[in-house]
Amino acid sequence: MRNSNEIIDDIANKEYEFGFTTDIEMDIAPAGLNEEIIRFISAKKEEPEWLLEWRLKGYQAFKKMQLPSWQHFPMPAIDFQAVSYYAAPKKKKQLASLDEVDPELLATFEKLGIPLNEQKALSGVAVDAVFDSVSVATTFKGKLKEMGVIFCSFGEAVREHPDLVKKYLGSVVPHSDNIFAALNAAVFSDGSFVYIPKGVRCPMELSTYFRINAQNTGQFERTLIIADDNSYVSYLEGCTAPMRDENQLHAAVVELVALDHAEIKYSTVQNWYPGDKDGKGGIYNFVTKRGICKGNSSKISWTQVETGSAITWKYPSVILQGDDAQGEFYSVAVVRNKQIADTGTKIYHLGRNTRSRIISKGISAGQGDNTYRGLVQVGPRAHNARNFTQCDSLLIGNRCGAHTFPYIESRNKSATVEHEATTSKIGEDQIFYLNQRGIDTEKAVALIVNGYAKEVLNQLPMEFAVEAQKLLSITLEGSVG
Amino acid sequence: MLTIKNLHAEVDGKAILKGIDLEIRKGEVHAIMGPNGSGKSSLASVLAGRENYTVTQGEVNFDGKELLELSPEDRAREGVFLAFQYPVEIPGVSNLNFLKTALNEIRAYKGLPALEAKEFLKLTKEKQQLVDFNANLMNRSLNEGFSGGEKKRNEIFQLAMLDPKLGILDETDSGLDIDALRIVANGVNKLRGPEKSFLLITHYQRLLDYIIPDFVHVLYNGRIVKTGTKELALELEEKGYDWLREAEVHV
Ligand SMILES: Nc1ncnc2c1ncn2[C@@H]1O[C@H](COP(=O)(O)OP(=O)(O)OP(=O)(O)O)[C@@H](O)[C@H]1O
Ligand SMILES: [Mg+2]
Repeated sequence: MRNSNEIIDDIANKEYEFGFTTDIEMDIAPAGLNEEIIRFISAKKEEPEWLLEWRLKGYQAFKKMQLPSWQHFPMPAIDFQAVSYYAAPKKKKQLASLDEVDPELLATFEKLGIPLNEQKALSGVAVDAVFDSVSVATTFKGKLKEMGVIFCSFGEAVREHPDLVKKYLGSVVPHSDNIFAALNAAVFSDGSFVYIPKGVRCPMELSTYFRINAQNTGQFERTLIIADDNSYVSYLEGCTAPMRDENQLHAAVVELVALDHAEIKYSTVQNWYPGDKDGKGGIYNFVTKRGICKGNSSKISWTQVETGSAITWKYPSVILQGDDAQGEFYSVAVVRNKQIADTGTKIYHLGRNTRSRIISKGISAGQGDNTYRGLVQVGPRAHNARNFTQCDSLLIGNRCGAHTFPYIESRNKSATVEHEATTSKIGEDQIFYLNQRGIDTEKAVALIVNGYAKEVLNQLPMEFAVEAQKLLSITLEGSVG
Repeated sequence: MLTIKNLHAEVDGKAILKGIDLEIRKGEVHAIMGPNGSGKSSLASVLAGRENYTVTQGEVNFDGKELLELSPEDRAREGVFLAFQYPVEIPGVSNLNFLKTALNEIRAYKGLPALEAKEFLKLTKEKQQLVDFNANLMNRSLNEGFSGGEKKRNEIFQLAMLDPKLGILDETDSGLDIDALRIVANGVNKLRGPEKSFLLITHYQRLLDYIIPDFVHVLYNGRIVKTGTKELALELEEKGYDWLREAEVHV
C-alpha cells in the first residue's frame, strides 16, 4: 500500500491536459518593449490616433513603475524586453465569417472543448475565442445583436463602437493603476467587449476563451463590460496554455461598469499551464480586474476558480459607488507542486447601504503556497455598509502553505464588517473512512474538495459548474494520502 | 467467510496484535469483548486496512481472497464493512452524495451499472425504514454536528445501504440510549442472513441480549484468550476480566 508521501509525490506525474501546441504560421513581432512596438501593434489593429496616445501614456507610466514587493512570495525577475508583444495567426485571406476561420484554429478550440461552430456549440453560451493576440471568432453575434447586445472582440469594438470604448476604457482601471495594468494599457492585444443596453437581460451566457500558443509571447488582453440601466449579464472566461519550460506572462485587465440597477456576474475558470513538478515553466498570471457599481442598486459579482498558473496575482475588486449597491467575491484557489497564489479581493464601500460578501476557499497541496489577501474599505459616506467575509483554507499534506491577510479600514461607525476564517486539513482519518466505504483515495479527495468548495462552485453558471468540479478533481488527482 | 491465522500487527514498532486466530463462517455472528486497549479496534483496523498498522505475521482469508493483499477500498468493495467506533465528520459532503458515490463505486467494482437517481432514492427510503434512520440527516454533511448516537446510527444505516458480506461493528452500541440500542440491534437482526456475517465488538453484555451471537471471544493483550457462547458474556459481566489474566499466561 502506498503511504501518504508517496501518494503526494504522485502529483508530479499528473499531466496537464491542455499542454499541446498548435502548429500554425504566425505573425510574431520581435521581442522587446518600446514605443515602436506599441505603434506597430496599434497600426496592425488599424487603431485611431486617440487610442495610440492612450497606449503611449500607459507606456510612459509603466516606465516609471517598479514591480510590487508587498505580495507573499519573492517576485520573479521578469525581463519585459525578452517578451514578444504581438503574435497572431497568419491570415490566409480576409475572413468574413466563421466558416472561414482557419480549420487549424477551429480544431484547436474544439480540442479544448470550445466548439466555435454554432451548431455544435453549447446552446445558451456565446463564445469569443482569443488565440494569442487576436480574437479568431465570436459566436452567436447575430442573435445577440437582435437584442441590442454588443459582444465582440475589443478590436472590433474600437472600430464599430468607438464612443462607448472611449467613454469607458480606463475608467475603472486607469492606464497608470499598477505596473501590470500600465503594461497592458501599452500593449494590450485583443479581448472582449460587451455592452448590454438598458433594460435588457442578456439571453445567453457570454464567454471568452483565451489560449496562449506561441512561444516567448505573453497575453495582454483587455475586457470591458458595460451593463446599462436595469440590465443583466453573466460572463465567463476560461483559459489554457501549452506546456513550456520558460515562464510566460499573462497581464490582463478587466473593467466592469454596472449602471443603475444593473447586474454583472463575472466568472473565471483559470487553468493556465501551472509549470511542472519542480516549478519549471508555467504562466505568470498578473491580472487586474475591477468593477464599479456606478449606479444605485447595482450589483457586481466575481466568481473565480483558479487552478492553473505558476504564479497567480489577482484581486478582483468592486467599487460600490451607488447607494444600495452590492459586491460579491467567490473564490476557489488551488495550488499544488510549487504553484503560488496570492489572490483575494478589494471592496470599496462608498455609497450608503452598500453590501458585500466575500467567500474565499483556498486549497493547498504539494509544496504550493496559497495566500488570501483582502481589503474591505468603508468610506465616510457609506452609512450602514455591511460586509461579510469567510475565508477558509484547506491543506493537503504537510509541505504546503496557507496564509490570510485581511485588511479592514472603516471610516463609518454605522458599518458592520465581519470576518471569519478557518484552516483545516484533509485528514488521513477522513480518507480512510471513505476508502472503507469503497471510495478510492483520488475520488475521496475529489469528494472532500468539491464539498469544501461547493459554496463557490454553486455560483458558477450551470453549464460550467460541472466542468469546474471535474477540473478541481483532476487538478488534485493524487495529491493526498 | 473470514479466516484469520496467527495475525500479528504493530503500530510504530509496538506489537498490538500478538497472534490472533479466528474463523467466522457464513451467517455467523461473533462477539469480541475485552478490556480497554486490548486490541479490539486494532483488529478491526487491520482487517479494514488502516495504513498505520503493519502486519508482521499471519494471514487473513476473506471469501477466498487474501484480504491483506487488497487496498482498503477493495476490501470494502469485496464486502468488508467497518462501523467505526469514532465515525469522522466530513464537512461539505452530503450524506446522500457520499452514499451514492460509495454505492456506485462498489457496484462498478462488481461490474454493475450505477444506480439511477430514482432507484437510489427508493433504496434509501427502504433502508431508512429498516434501521429507523432520521431522513433529515440525509442532506446534512456527513456526520458533521451529528450527536454521538446519530453518528452510530448513520453507521448502521450505511451498513444497510452497502449490504456487505461481513459487518464489523466497533462499539456501535456505546453512546446509544436504550431505545436506539434496540433499534440498532433490530436493524442488525433484520440484516442477518445466511450469507452475511457479523463481528460485534462490545463492552456490554446488554447488546448481546438483542443480537444473539453464535460465539463470544475475549481479546486480552492482543490475543484471543477465551472463546465461548453467549453465557461467556454474562460471566464476563459478572467477574470482569481479571480472572482471565491467568488464562493469558497459560496460552
Ligand atoms: N497509533 C498508535 N500508536 C501507538 N499505540 C497505539 C496506536 N493505536 C493504537 N495503539 C495502542 O494499541 C492498543 C490497542 O488499542 P485499541 O484501540 O485496539 O484498543 P481497544 O481494545 O479497541 O480499546 P477500547 O475498548 O478502549 O476501544 C492500545 O494500547 C493503544 O494505545
Ligand atoms: Mg476500541
